[in-house]
Amino acid sequence: MSTDTTPDVPAAVRRQIVRDSMAVAIATGAYGVSFGAIGVASGFDVWQTCATSLLIFTGASQYAMAGVLGAGGAPMSAAATGLLLASRNLLYGLRLAPLLRFTGIRRAAAAHVVIDESTAMSITRQNTGEARVGFLTTGVGIFILWNLATLIGAVAGDHLGDPRSYGLDSAVGGAFIALLWPRLRDRRNQLCGVLAGALALSLVPVVPAGMPVLAAAGVALVLGFVPHQPPDVPESTEDTP
Amino acid sequence: MIWTAIIVAGLGSYLLKFAGLSLPPRLFEHPVAARIVDLMPVALLAALIGVQVFASGNTHGQHLALDARAAGLGVAVVALLLRAPFLLVVVLAAATAAILRLLGWAG
Repeated sequence: MSTDTTPDVPAAVRRQIVRDSMAVAIATGAYGVSFGAIGVASGFDVWQTCATSLLIFTGASQYAMAGVLGAGGAPMSAAATGLLLASRNLLYGLRLAPLLRFTGIRRAAAAHVVIDESTAMSITRQNTGEARVGFLTTGVGIFILWNLATLIGAVAGDHLGDPRSYGLDSAVGGAFIALLWPRLRDRRNQLCGVLAGALALSLVPVVPAGMPVLAAAGVALVLGFVPHQPPDVPESTEDTP
Repeated sequence: MIWTAIIVAGLGSYLLKFAGLSLPPRLFEHPVAARIVDLMPVALLAALIGVQVFASGNTHGQHLALDARAAGLGVAVVALLLRAPFLLVVVLAAATAAILRLLGWAG
């Protein structure tokens, strides 16, 4: 952790960041149990469920893959949906790079734990040293706990019997709304969500499973071209009281 | 086929993360690109909710259906309004559907 380029982090500050990061890691890691159970209920076997957590390691993408697969979608539609959802990690990386300043093999290793939570716990830090403590504690902590929890959930889910009688199909919808919720703060996102949901539902009866969700990505593409501010309302400062 | 999908998605999501840490930031400074990446999870999650909760059927054909999953979603929304943590929301959505099915009130 302490290369010559890393500014030293005072022990007290480091302890505080580690404590905060571990709290996030434990809370997030724990819900790997629900992914594990949902994974085996959706058609992955125990090993495939664990491989998903190890290799993809992006919660929303993993739930999405399980959801598409469980609904009868083709495995490759599931992969495409997961990858589209993972595209936000690219932006996280762009924002983190100048702050973390990892190079070479360390960058290659760090990349795997660029996720929502590790970004959130490092992006607001004052300097590279503090950012790295937050990023690594959160990222590595979640990686370990998420994978352990996935294994536990998958093994338990495998022994449950009919997943529907435990409402595991309904749990997937619950996971998606909980992931979506914090992103619905502004108007544009709300509009995007409503249009995408409506488009997907209208396509369900007419296209193969998995396709409605991919088609809904088009809503994000189209709305992305709409400028943030509505086109200038004619300036009429004279009328202002 | 499932293994191929997992490996493709795993490799792809790693490359996205690595590209983010490696590419010059100005490539994505264009506001349209930034907005699309920001809106993508919203569109996909909303569509996934729709399909996960209201679609029924199998690989050969799907239709819309209103069943215990819709009640699970409703309870999840209430839990989120009450600021429940992620895991509780998921458990409540599952429990709602499980209880309704146990009582035979919904499929």
